[in-house]
Amino acid sequence: MKRIFVNEEWCLGCHLCEYNCAFANTVSAGKSKANEMAKALKGKKIFPKIQVEENDGIYFAVSCRHCTDPLCVKGCIAGALSVKDGVIEIDQDKCVGCYTCVLSCPYGAIMPAEDGHVAQKCELCTKNSCGSPACVAGCPNNAIVFEER
Amino acid sequence: MDYQYPEFEVVRNADRCIGCRACERQCANEVHYYDADLGKMMCDESKCVNCQRCVTLCPTRALKIVKSDNTFRENANWTMENIREIYKQAETGGVLLSSMGNPKPLPVYWDKILINASQVTNPPIDPLREPMETRTFLGQKPTEVKRDENGKIINNLSSQLKLEVPIMFSAMSFGSISKNAHESLARAATELGTYYNTGEGGLHKDFYQYGPNTIVQVASGRFGVHKEYLEAGAAIEIKMGQGAKPGIGGHLPGTKTVGEVSRTRMIPEGSDAISPAPHHDIYSIEDLRQLVFSLKEATEYKKPVIVKIAAVHNVAAIASGIARSGADIIAIDGFRGGTGAAPTRIRDNVGIPIELALASVDERLRQEGIRGNVSIVVGGSIRNSADVVKAIALGADAVYIGSAACIAMGCHQCRACHAAKCNWGIATQRPDLVKRLNPDVGYKRLVNLVQAWNHEIKEMMGGMGINSIESLKGNRLMLRGVGLNEKELEILGIKHAGE
Amino acid sequence: MNYVIIGNSAAAVGCIEGIRKNDKESTITVISDEKHHTYSRPLISYLLWGKTDEERMKYRPDSFYKDNDVTPILGKKAVKIDTKNRKVMLDDGKAVPYDKLLVATGSRPFIPPMKGLDTVENKFTFMTLDNAKALDSVLTKDSRVLIVGAGLIGLKCAEGILDKIGSLTVIDLADRILPSILDETGSELVQKSIEEKGVKFMLGTSAAEFDGNKAILTNGETVEFDVLVIAVGVRPNTELVKEAGGNVNKGIITDHFCRTSLPGIYSAGDCTESHDITTDTDRILALLPNAYMQGETAGLHMTGTDKPYDKAIPMNAIGFFGYHMITAGSYDGEKTVYADGENYKMLVTKDNLLKGYIMIGDISRAGIYTKLIREQVPLDSIDFELVKEKPQLMAFSLADRKEQLGGVR
Repeated sequence: MKRIFVNEEWCLGCHLCEYNCAFANTVSAGKSKANEMAKALKGKKIFPKIQVEENDGIYFAVSCRHCTDPLCVKGCIAGALSVKDGVIEIDQDKCVGCYTCVLSCPYGAIMPAEDGHVAQKCELCTKNSCGSPACVAGCPNNAIVFEER
Repeated sequence: MDYQYPEFEVVRNADRCIGCRACERQCANEVHYYDADLGKMMCDESKCVNCQRCVTLCPTRALKIVKSDNTFRENANWTMENIREIYKQAETGGVLLSSMGNPKPLPVYWDKILINASQVTNPPIDPLREPMETRTFLGQKPTEVKRDENGKIINNLSSQLKLEVPIMFSAMSFGSISKNAHESLARAATELGTYYNTGEGGLHKDFYQYGPNTIVQVASGRFGVHKEYLEAGAAIEIKMGQGAKPGIGGHLPGTKTVGEVSRTRMIPEGSDAISPAPHHDIYSIEDLRQLVFSLKEATEYKKPVIVKIAAVHNVAAIASGIARSGADIIAIDGFRGGTGAAPTRIRDNVGIPIELALASVDERLRQEGIRGNVSIVVGGSIRNSADVVKAIALGADAVYIGSAACIAMGCHQCRACHAAKCNWGIATQRPDLVKRLNPDVGYKRLVNLVQAWNHEIKEMMGGMGINSIESLKGNRLMLRGVGLNEKELEILGIKHAGE
Repeated sequence: MNYVIIGNSAAAVGCIEGIRKNDKESTITVISDEKHHTYSRPLISYLLWGKTDEERMKYRPDSFYKDNDVTPILGKKAVKIDTKNRKVMLDDGKAVPYDKLLVATGSRPFIPPMKGLDTVENKFTFMTLDNAKALDSVLTKDSRVLIVGAGLIGLKCAEGILDKIGSLTVIDLADRILPSILDETGSELVQKSIEEKGVKFMLGTSAAEFDGNKAILTNGETVEFDVLVIAVGVRPNTELVKEAGGNVNKGIITDHFCRTSLPGIYSAGDCTESHDITTDTDRILALLPNAYMQGETAGLHMTGTDKPYDKAIPMNAIGFFGYHMITAGSYDGEKTVYADGENYKMLVTKDNLLKGYIMIGDISRAGIYTKLIREQVPLDSIDFELVKEKPQLMAFSLADRKEQLGGVR
């Protein structure tokens, strides 16, 4: 299965992946990017599903690894997390926001969603209109790639 | 008091800026910053070199850089630039430094030359249907075919460089450009079946694997030259001069001679790498001949030797000498050739256009009957595939591209290489900037560019009814001048359009 | 092969999913005394709170039994395991034969002997869906509710019902709330935040006597109430295994593959003991994730995959009225505390290992700490100073990061 891989050697810490992610999961994603992104994100705190870590000149982005033996899915008390065709999905309707998944994820890749009531995670842009991961498409230096390994 | 006024303005569309701060994080010149009190992005345009990095990365296209319309009381004689430079020198007392090629509005002869196409007779060839050869070989060509007693041909061909496309990447040293830029060039040359050139910085140990597609340079500073280095390359280039700064040497400041650069150049960390103006052992063609044969001897006559010179006034006579020195290839660098740093006055006023230099060299060598002694490679602002076709028709065997290669890798010609803060990760050694050029990306873009050009070259050749680059070589009948005077046409050896 | 599972919650589902990874053919029978499709018990408080409904709180989709070819026997209680004949006896007299059996009987509320409890009309426990529905049916907007027990169940119940009742008092014998998962500072912070929502706490006291709608406390005070919820603790349902001759301590004793001492019989979930690696002791870790993983381990082992369940730690992610906390491990060791307003964090280290942590308020990326505990990562192999500040992968070596994020092995 194709997965997102991050090569920190090429990560510039520009944080564009976070913004592209935040935009990808808004309703206007897919339309003329420059205007729609400004409309969707301007003046707002963003809640991306990918997060850049940085320290002392080292940068890398972290998003769900879509583990084959996922602790988050096993630990979900609501049965809201599941694996579908290798992609770990969250059913935010079922999620009650207990954050056992936050407790479980060894990568720190699941986080409370914007409203604070449910969890959110990278679903490889399978549930928005992007078609393929927006973080990958927008990475200026191929530091984030989406491929089979 | 600062007499200067910022050259550029940073225009931010406040409606679009989402405050992601990518511009701030990506500007090594620290133009952009976030003002917490105002709660918005601000900028100090005086630091802007207009490299377009922020513009390119801005996800909402909220930025543009424009030329400041603040005007000095300039006129046709006292231009802004002249006034600005005087202020600068009056302030600093220093020699002005510049980067990249001559930007002056001197004639670009490529743009005054037009290419022929076949019509009814000698019909054009469709490169999509017919084979079309862009492969070429560089090196001495024997004057006669020799046969043994059985009538079989004796191979009397000296070592040659085989190029799948008549385009090579010109010399840019590791030091003047980054390791990632070098890797991009090396990998692209390998995939394209052509060559890149180490410049005078030595060959990084990681890149010996690309040796079969590497031209190793020996310049006046002899930095990084050793036996393995010479043996690693496919050819050796003796650099006598450079188009951007004919007659002067090079200077890599100690601040850039760090880490791998110093190791590769084999000089102490932090020491200035000064390449003298002349080779201290070359004061004549005879001296040059000695170096050519020393290098050949050292590499068992397996590698062609290139002698690279800048296009200067008596370039034809110089080339004639080189063609008799034992060199296999002459590389001529025109006055628009790029550089990582050169004194502005030299860059802008010394040397001659490559088109004229090429035409006169080719013509002179033909007249003297020694054209076959050498191949001719020209560089110095080859900007597109039409320039390549015109150069070959004027008599070149192949071209070198440097600036175009840099642009393919992301260079936006801001011409601030000498500041060593290249935001595109090309002309810098700062690790945080170097990493901005991922060779996986850079190499692919170079391959794309050259492949695209090669397609276009085939199209143009097909249009002329020519199916091999060898048939185009020196075929000046395929060229016509426009808006050129008699003298220019005479030197170029072409007729005026309509003739 | 006949796989039989007694129980229908997380451990049972884990077992089914474990079995089906290896064996798509054999029959699986699930026996449960509850008549419901598998649902998430911890969600009953959210059901009352209105954050979920019966449909959404199903632990697996409606098609789960069908998709996994499971025969559910619901509403029937397993009363005996006949180990000799390998049969599970049901309360209707029927017998279900098994080759491999999972006992996932869970736990039941513990109701301590309290004087006058029989005089209380509306008294409830809070464990099952039916408990929750029963409780809900008597609540009115004027109800005065008394909850005995300020632990996880009692407080989740409080959260679930507060909006729909008149007043709510929680009493506990302990002098602070959630003593099993929080330290004193943490208890204080959380208590304060719950009090701000309108819950009244009476701590360090217990009900000496009930008298109809009145509780007389040991400290002499009296609390009047309309509805009583008893949430003082749970007891594991170990009887089936015990009576069949299996080894039982406080909970059913199992090995790393969740096998009991009885041949062919496994046990998982709240009825068992796990080996807590943070204290190196065997104890009941009544937590849903553990139950699932034990069940899965059992299911895998039944079908030939030896994947040990050997990384058990106590851990909890819970929130009350939007104030969240995540805790894990044990708190015996050197403590490092970070406090900033509503955010509180305590890390416990011992023997070059992270042993436990508490995060309250800001819980982001807590799983990285959990990993350090669970994987017993030597702290001198990472940049612990960095990770102390906040959980981050930056603290790991470049090689680790390449493996974790870059897929480099």
